Amino acid sequence: MKKILFYLLLGVSAFAFLYPFIWMVSASLSEERSINSVTLLPLSFTFIHYIKLYQSIPIWGAFLNSVFVATLVTFGVLVFSSMAGYALAKHRFKGRNLLFYFLLFTMTLPFQLTLIPNYILMVEFGWTNSFAALIVPGLLNAFAILLFRQHFLSIPQDLIDAARIDGCNEFRILFQVLWPVSVPTLITVGIITFMTTWNDVLWPIIVIREEKLMTMPQLVTLFAVGGRSMGQIGMKLASATLLAMPIIIAYLIFQKHFIQSMAASGQKE
Amino acid sequence: MKQSKSISSWLLISPYLVHILFFVLFPVGFSLFLSFHEWNIISPMEFVGLSNYEKLLQDQYFLKSLRNTLVFLAIHIPLQIVIALGLAVMLNQKIWFRGFFRGSFFMPVVVSGVVVTVLWQQLYGYEMGSINMLLNKLGFEKVGWLTDPLWAMPSIAIMATWKNVGLYIILFLVGLQSVPRSLYEASSLEGATSWQQFWHITLPVINPTMIMVMILSTIGGFSLFIEPYVMTGGGPLNSTLSSVLYIYKQGFFYYHMGYAATLGLILALIILLVVFIQRTVIENKQS
Repeated sequence: MKKILFYLLLGVSAFAFLYPFIWMVSASLSEERSINSVTLLPLSFTFIHYIKLYQSIPIWGAFLNSVFVATLVTFGVLVFSSMAGYALAKHRFKGRNLLFYFLLFTMTLPFQLTLIPNYILMVEFGWTNSFAALIVPGLLNAFAILLFRQHFLSIPQDLIDAARIDGCNEFRILFQVLWPVSVPTLITVGIITFMTTWNDVLWPIIVIREEKLMTMPQLVTLFAVGGRSMGQIGMKLASATLLAMPIIIAYLIFQKHFIQSMAASGQKE
Repeated sequence: MKQSKSISSWLLISPYLVHILFFVLFPVGFSLFLSFHEWNIISPMEFVGLSNYEKLLQDQYFLKSLRNTLVFLAIHIPLQIVIALGLAVMLNQKIWFRGFFRGSFFMPVVVSGVVVTVLWQQLYGYEMGSINMLLNKLGFEKVGWLTDPLWAMPSIAIMATWKNVGLYIILFLVGLQSVPRSLYEASSLEGATSWQQFWHITLPVINPTMIMVMILSTIGGFSLFIEPYVMTGGGPLNSTLSSVLYIYKQGFFYYHMGYAATLGLILALIILLVVFIQRTVIENKQS
């Protein structure tokens, strides 16, 4: 009896987390007039909202922009953060410890502090309304460096020394010797970076005004807030569904990695 | 040899140094500089001394946004901790479909806040929203979730809990798994009830996780933007105006760059102070 109650409680909770998603997809596939009566499955099944959405905003272009930006940022973070993490973990040079404490300090700085000046920097560089504004500031982050440093500390020095004797330079050591034995850390940093970049919306809203350069979250936000979706709940929900879809598919495939990565990201405080 | 290695160290770290120079050091210095100026980006900058700070101290909207954040945190943090801990304790036992349950709770964590707000805006709808329709069927009055100034912020806090709680369940699970089994066994032999065990064994061990959850939620509360931006625009009656939304409005609606930078600076100091106080108060309590 107690056991049934236990599973009932868990089941109801799981339902509470899944139901809104199911409703969103079903409603986006129902005709506008029947959306309000949708409870679980689509009523009067139709793709009309998706078709109309495709015709009224450049959602496909925004998808490609998002893929482009998130991929480049993720790649940059992996390369540049592992470089810094490697130097901080395995090299001895003047100022290393100072640099490390500085890194920890910058991690505590709230983004609210740098938001306005960073925007002005973009204006001065002439980068507003360009992908550079979306990509360059994200190419490195302190948390990724910290994760790489922590991981490289656990790698035996012998491995690096052996590669040096074989005549490898530091970059070859990092990318050809250390990367192959660092796959879990690369995955963790990669997932966190890709996900936060894909989902980010405040920064794009500030630096991008031209519709054809917008990433998906920004386009969907402006569509939902602006007048164009007035009274068109189906289209709004269709746009939200399209925005959620890629990341949910990735999540369903790599569920374990997602959860582990995010658990690691929680440790930063 | 040694010389060349030191050069390669700096080569490896140089992208980070360049990045930090432009995107951390410059912005911090420049926001301080800006806070003494009035500037709309187009016309020349004007030195205004401390007037931005004076304005801020009397700014009803900024105070209101801080008060709104307090309302959010007062609801969000307890709700978050109770639900996350409760579900984590349940998941920490030998159960069927554990992966499924864990996976479901975590789902909202991975999607964009935009998806969640667009979706919940419909669920919170007054006439036709699923939540009010359910309440109606159960015989309750409809609630103006996003239209009643008393309810709007709590509604956002509830939604934010739904969005984030999966992450905290995972963090609590990590904490719970660090509790040694032997402690439970020994106390069972001495006749401790499971409630006593939870109170005296589990809670002290997961206390660090609790602090972490509190701090992360607090930072999250001060960072609210997309939720009020999409759902309410800060209304009704500014009851959901968040500090970041207010900075955004000052900066990108009115182009008061100097004042927006001042707001950001002071808000950052407030966040650091609050987090610092949370840390010291809780750590003192422990010892």
